[in-house]
Amino acid sequence: MTVVQGLGVSAGIAFGPVVRVGRGVRPPDTEAAASDAEQQIRAAFESVALDLESRVGAVEDTAAGILTATAMLARDPSLIDGAIARANGGAGPATAIDGATREFMDQFTALGGYFAERAADLRDVGDRAIAVVLGAPAPGVPPLTDECVLVAYDLAPAETATLDRTKVLGIITQVGGRTSHTAILAAQMNIPAVVKVTEAEDFTDGELVMIDGDTGSVHLQPSQETVDARRARNDRRAAALSHVSGPGATQDGKQVKLLANIGGVEDAVAAGKYDVEGVGLFRTEFVFLSAATAPTVEEQTETYRQVFAPFDGRRVVVRTLDAGADKPLAFADLGAEENPALGRRGLRLSAELPDLLDAQLEALALAAADTGADVWVMAPMVADAQEAAWFARRVRENGLRNVGVMIEIPAAALRSSHVLAEVDFGSLGTNDLAQYTMAADRMQGELAELLDPWQPAVLDVVAAACHGAGVNGKPMGVCGESAGDPLMALVLAGLGCSSLSMAPSRVPLVRFALSRHTFAQCQRLAYLARSARTAVDAREAVRAEVAADLASIL
Amino acid sequence: MSTRTVTIGSSVGLHARPAAIFVKAASEATMPVTIAKEGGNPVSANSMIAIMALGAKHGDAVVLTAEGDGADEYLDSLAALLATDLDAEPAS
Repeated sequence: MTVVQGLGVSAGIAFGPVVRVGRGVRPPDTEAAASDAEQQIRAAFESVALDLESRVGAVEDTAAGILTATAMLARDPSLIDGAIARANGGAGPATAIDGATREFMDQFTALGGYFAERAADLRDVGDRAIAVVLGAPAPGVPPLTDECVLVAYDLAPAETATLDRTKVLGIITQVGGRTSHTAILAAQMNIPAVVKVTEAEDFTDGELVMIDGDTGSVHLQPSQETVDARRARNDRRAAALSHVSGPGATQDGKQVKLLANIGGVEDAVAAGKYDVEGVGLFRTEFVFLSAATAPTVEEQTETYRQVFAPFDGRRVVVRTLDAGADKPLAFADLGAEENPALGRRGLRLSAELPDLLDAQLEALALAAADTGADVWVMAPMVADAQEAAWFARRVRENGLRNVGVMIEIPAAALRSSHVLAEVDFGSLGTNDLAQYTMAADRMQGELAELLDPWQPAVLDVVAAACHGAGVNGKPMGVCGESAGDPLMALVLAGLGCSSLSMAPSRVPLVRFALSRHTFAQCQRLAYLARSARTAVDAREAVRAEVAADLASIL
Repeated sequence: MSTRTVTIGSSVGLHARPAAIFVKAASEATMPVTIAKEGGNPVSANSMIAIMALGAKHGDAVVLTAEGDGADEYLDSLAALLATDLDAEPAS
């Protein structure tokens, strides 16, 4: 049995044989020009539009809306004229349709984000029109006779909307994202789905697969026992998690705030609907990365306002711009560096370009004043107390009250009693902290074992950081991925972390884990982990000691 | 020739759903209507693809242009449409 990992976008377990969704036929390499190309192209697009519209009546509202919108693309004059222009230039009709479709897809992809995900809609229309011209069967889902798990490169919206729910047990796609049509519709239709499964390309018809839409795992050829065990575990988990809600706390009532990591407006809107106490890490890079020139204070203010709005009355911790030579900005490029991870990145870049930081802080202050969110601001890549003091002064000058620093450099962790004396809070970035503690490049896949957050040395550094925070009476949180691991969350709480920030979908399990252990038990788990010789031993030692009702749902 | 400059009100920009609503409304005009990003090349308001390819985001200014009888009335109603948040209804 092999297990591969994707992104779970629609919850539930599905188990069944693979049925592959046909990809569109490609135009022949040397397709001849046709004298009636314009007629053929117009007829092909019209037949695609009519076919889509004919299915509108048979489906529900959302699906009908998607079919209508897709039909509208097939009638779009820019697409049709673009194809005809190519045909007039000597291309064969199918080649002309393909070229025009790709041209617009490239434009959508270049725009990024929500626009890029619409490229799949266009691809579907183009593929259907090409199939008509070539007299090939329409691409997409073959007629289904038995229950199955559909495997596709990317399901077109028109396909997802018209799926036979009695036959389709689950969906796997090779590409896609959290906001792709497949994700939205599968969730609405209660069909378990996992997207971004790179290996899906090699899945063959009839092969048995099990998908877990919660965790995003895909098991190939699992035994019936594996499937039964996974189903039983998910039932137990759902039952256990349904009993806990609200603020995070240990069994004896020590508060551990449960927060969400977000990276943009869409994330904020989605996370705002979860039972979380706020945002523990708002990455602001997206505001800058796609821009050709530095975004103005007004532009930034509007974006931040949209991010803060869903968190009225809740905390939002903002990380100021975290760029460097590995993700350079068009307007703030200090040039290539030998070793970007150790170069002028994070706060070091802001020190070189203080105007950029000041504009961001001004916009954050304006947006904070305009919304009911409790806005905290922290700097990435802070190494010592002087840097912390420099940043704190700038933030406070802009009228923002809560200023903090990321603790991701071991130096700052070891000296956190001095570093945190300058600010109001600290937040551990465990991914970078592991990278710098273990001297192992995060981009080097082969070094994954060294980067394990369970490395006892990393836990020692975390413990030192928490101790320094305690000396100052300042809160220390965690905003790395490890906070979303329920076992690690217990250890972090035991080390003294008072907030944990993670992907919002991870919160319920962490909340449950905390509620089943006293603070003293968390401290003991932390002691066990730090006493272990290796990362694997540390995790095992904790796993063996946790409450039975937690262990049974992991 | 009449023009209107309007700021996009839809929270995620002029993408599929808002673009579709706009194209539908623009097709009711009796004369050709164009839409451009400020300072950019105008595209036909009856092409959803060309409009989406503008990549107009929330807060971006766009310029509507039309010529002929009743152009001002059409442009006023189209401008009002673009200024509202067409994503306010549940997204599809």
